[in-house]
Amino acid sequence: MSDSKAIFLKDAAVNAADGDQRAFIRKALGGYYVNRDLQKARYRDWERARDAASLAKWSAVNDLAAVLEQFVANFERNGGVVHWARDAAEARDIILKIAADNQAKAIVKSKCMTSEEIHLNDALEKAGYGVVESDLGEFIQQLRGEAPYHFVFPCMHVKREAISELFTKHLGTAPTDSPEELTMIARRHLRQLYVDADIGITGANFLVAETGQISITENEGNARLTAALPRIHVALSGIEKVVRHLDDLSVLLPMLATAGAGQPMTCYNTLYSGPRKEGECDGPEQFHLVLLDNSRTRLLADPEQRDALHCIRCGACLNVCPIFKNIGGLAYGTTYQGPIGSVITPHLRGLKQWNHLSGASSLCGACTDACPVRIDLHHHLLHNRRNAAKEAPTLFDRVFHHGFNFVIKRPWLFAAGGRIFRATLPLLQKLPLPYMGAWMKTRDLPEAPARSFRDQWKNPDA
Amino acid sequence: MPDARSDIFARIREALKVKAPRPHLKGEPVAGKTSAAAKPWLPDGGESAEASLAILAEQLAKLKAMLIRVPDHASAAKAVAELAAAKNWKKVAYHGHPLLRPVAAALPCEAWEADASFEKQRLEGCDAGLTTCESIVAQLGAILVSSASSGGRALSILPHAHVVVAEAAQVVPDLGSALALAKARHGDQMPSMLSFITGPSRTGDIERILVLGAHGPKELYLVLVG
Amino acid sequence: MRVSLFVPCFVDQLTPQVGLATAKVLKRLGHEVEFRPAQTCCGQPSFNSGQWDVAREAAVRALGVFRGAEVVVGPSGSCVAMMRQFYPELLKGTPHAAEADDLAARTFEFSEFLVKKLGVTDVGAKFAKKVTYHDGCHALRELRLKEEPRRLLRAVKGLELIETEEGETCCGFGGLFSAKFPMISTAMAQVKGGALARTGADYVVSSDPSCLLQIGGWLSREGKPILPLHIAEVLAADA
Ligand code: SF4
Repeated sequence: MSDSKAIFLKDAAVNAADGDQRAFIRKALGGYYVNRDLQKARYRDWERARDAASLAKWSAVNDLAAVLEQFVANFERNGGVVHWARDAAEARDIILKIAADNQAKAIVKSKCMTSEEIHLNDALEKAGYGVVESDLGEFIQQLRGEAPYHFVFPCMHVKREAISELFTKHLGTAPTDSPEELTMIARRHLRQLYVDADIGITGANFLVAETGQISITENEGNARLTAALPRIHVALSGIEKVVRHLDDLSVLLPMLATAGAGQPMTCYNTLYSGPRKEGECDGPEQFHLVLLDNSRTRLLADPEQRDALHCIRCGACLNVCPIFKNIGGLAYGTTYQGPIGSVITPHLRGLKQWNHLSGASSLCGACTDACPVRIDLHHHLLHNRRNAAKEAPTLFDRVFHHGFNFVIKRPWLFAAGGRIFRATLPLLQKLPLPYMGAWMKTRDLPEAPARSFRDQWKNPDA
Repeated sequence: MPDARSDIFARIREALKVKAPRPHLKGEPVAGKTSAAAKPWLPDGGESAEASLAILAEQLAKLKAMLIRVPDHASAAKAVAELAAAKNWKKVAYHGHPLLRPVAAALPCEAWEADASFEKQRLEGCDAGLTTCESIVAQLGAILVSSASSGGRALSILPHAHVVVAEAAQVVPDLGSALALAKARHGDQMPSMLSFITGPSRTGDIERILVLGAHGPKELYLVLVG
Repeated sequence: MRVSLFVPCFVDQLTPQVGLATAKVLKRLGHEVEFRPAQTCCGQPSFNSGQWDVAREAAVRALGVFRGAEVVVGPSGSCVAMMRQFYPELLKGTPHAAEADDLAARTFEFSEFLVKKLGVTDVGAKFAKKVTYHDGCHALRELRLKEEPRRLLRAVKGLELIETEEGETCCGFGGLFSAKFPMISTAMAQVKGGALARTGADYVVSSDPSCLLQIGGWLSREGKPILPLHIAEVLAADA
């Protein structure tokens, strides 16, 4: 068993048994469901809008080289500098070098999952920079020394009392149980940090090829401030974020907000096309964009699952996922949690180590229905399982399924086996058998009937 | 060793040798430019100016943004002055736009034209930022500001309140129209920042409970002339 | 019509009454019903475990079993989804592809068959109980059945249908998932079972016997006073 699997099984079991936490997460998501449905109802045809969103992404991803080239040419024409990173280490080095070249000291970051993916904060801190996460949820997680629980709602699992304690400990503020007051504490604390920072680091939600702009979606205004006040703006993005046309955003931005947060649009959707231009009174002097592969091209090379690169990271699939809601986001041990994380992590970080995430699903399909860009999420979990069975078969599975197949190939053996199974079921239930023992721990089986369906059909009156 | 850029492009070209089918669609395949074709499926932005204004008012109310409708520019200046008095604003920073100078002049408090010499610290100390905008999207209640129309990047985000003065004619039905308008207006000389502002800054990070004014303005006012 | 019954393997062995009830309703509606005893398991356990080569064998066998059948009707959204959605995927690009598509077009889930294919909603059943309905995920999301079973239930004399919270939430069965990840599966059963028990219904009815195994197993262990029942059994009831 891989380490990641052992840790997953342990954490998932503990969390799944934590009824309080589960109720807390459900309550937290309650308002989201209501708002999402209200906003979806405003669409004149949500299903067809999903078609358009998925086509916009499909069309860019399947012509990625040309679309990226167009984007980069326009981005550079606008005065930005593009850097390419094959993997996480290269991306970190690029950003460290930008910081060193500019004698930076303080760095402020707005929410960026790609930076979590490359463990940027650790690298910057080790190199001696002060790094502060400015998104409230990320700020709280940074103080907690914990990875984000949900890639859109990073600290949705933390109760306000814990946040109050955290702030008292780190910021010396008086305890309070008001979310409003807690938010204001963070606001006051972070304001000066934007003003003082040399570098602002953001992510990017979309790269617009037609215009060379990057689009950033947020609610708090921290990304706006991060890209406005420091003298250098560094954006970090996966190469798959590119779209062809500016107009594609007329579909993608509202759908991202509705699917992910139950909003018509998030508060701020901002397009950046370079550093401060002549005649503009503020804005950074330099604008860098780091474009990251980090195994995305591996996923691209799989036509069956290529659509996973359409993901706009809205988080909708997590919000409806019964697995996520029961085990929580941290148990996954991945940058991207929930269904999309279970689909892509085996591609990004190795099938052998991460396939258990594809197994940990009842394949209910709620994620696929929720996805605004129609990624075939739960079927991809099946594809991962198939690929894993081929690449790294487990002996138990092979024996079990071939054995089962041996029986079901032979109807007489199936019938005879069934008879024995039914007759010995009361005994079997008491034995510590694999699978069955696990079932019996929390659930009963129906009493075995004396005669099977096929027997009764053949001999109705016996 | 080849540089990262050529390596990544080589990987992409290699990966795309095998084509992926178009995604499963619910409806008939959409012809031509997909996103434009999506217009009739997205939320309604109104077929007439009047309908758009009604939708805008409704959206802004839901977003907890304040819409103040006034008949002319003189009343706009008066409305903003009243607002400043009611809110007890001490310092208001404004964008030096011909539409805004008379509004600023009528303010009952200190008014600072933030364009000329920009100081972050001074702006941080302002109670409100006063800007114009590029357009207003009825469909979503979104106001498009830019580094050109709002005096740079910070003026519309750093002060605690944001006041936008605009003409009713700037209201467009939907997001697609606003994007098209920006493209038509700026061509390949886009302002370095274009930002759709949809309500006052907010967060739900603590127990998913909505709090306004996370980092950006807590209050957003749209003063619409005409 | 001549209906060939597709009785899932565990229904055959553990809940034969579901198969019998299915046949009873179809016969009552005047159809001829056959059961081809060469059928065993559709191969879904292996398919879901990634053992597609094994599942492919099962699929090819099923094609043989049901060759020539006018329509195939199964009382399980999950097993029918296997035949209808996943056989074509499994056999794509093999010599069996065309036959898999053909079988898929002739295979129906029981409630779907009654409502969509036969256009029947009132099968003449009487069942004076309070019931709530559980949508199996495969029926709901692979086969897109939601209204069909409800229309059938609403037409049953004396029956009171109550909707539940967590209506579209998975029960946590997921085949071998329920045993490979028992803690997660149990947590899901608690959420689902808890909501079902709170409805105050006498029975939780579903068109998916596998969900009923999970839900019923948990309800029974927890001593909740609500019993699992397959929709075919409700529709077969006439007293
Ligand atoms: S997979 Fe789909 S639903 Fe999940 S985060 Fe990505 S876009 Fe959203």
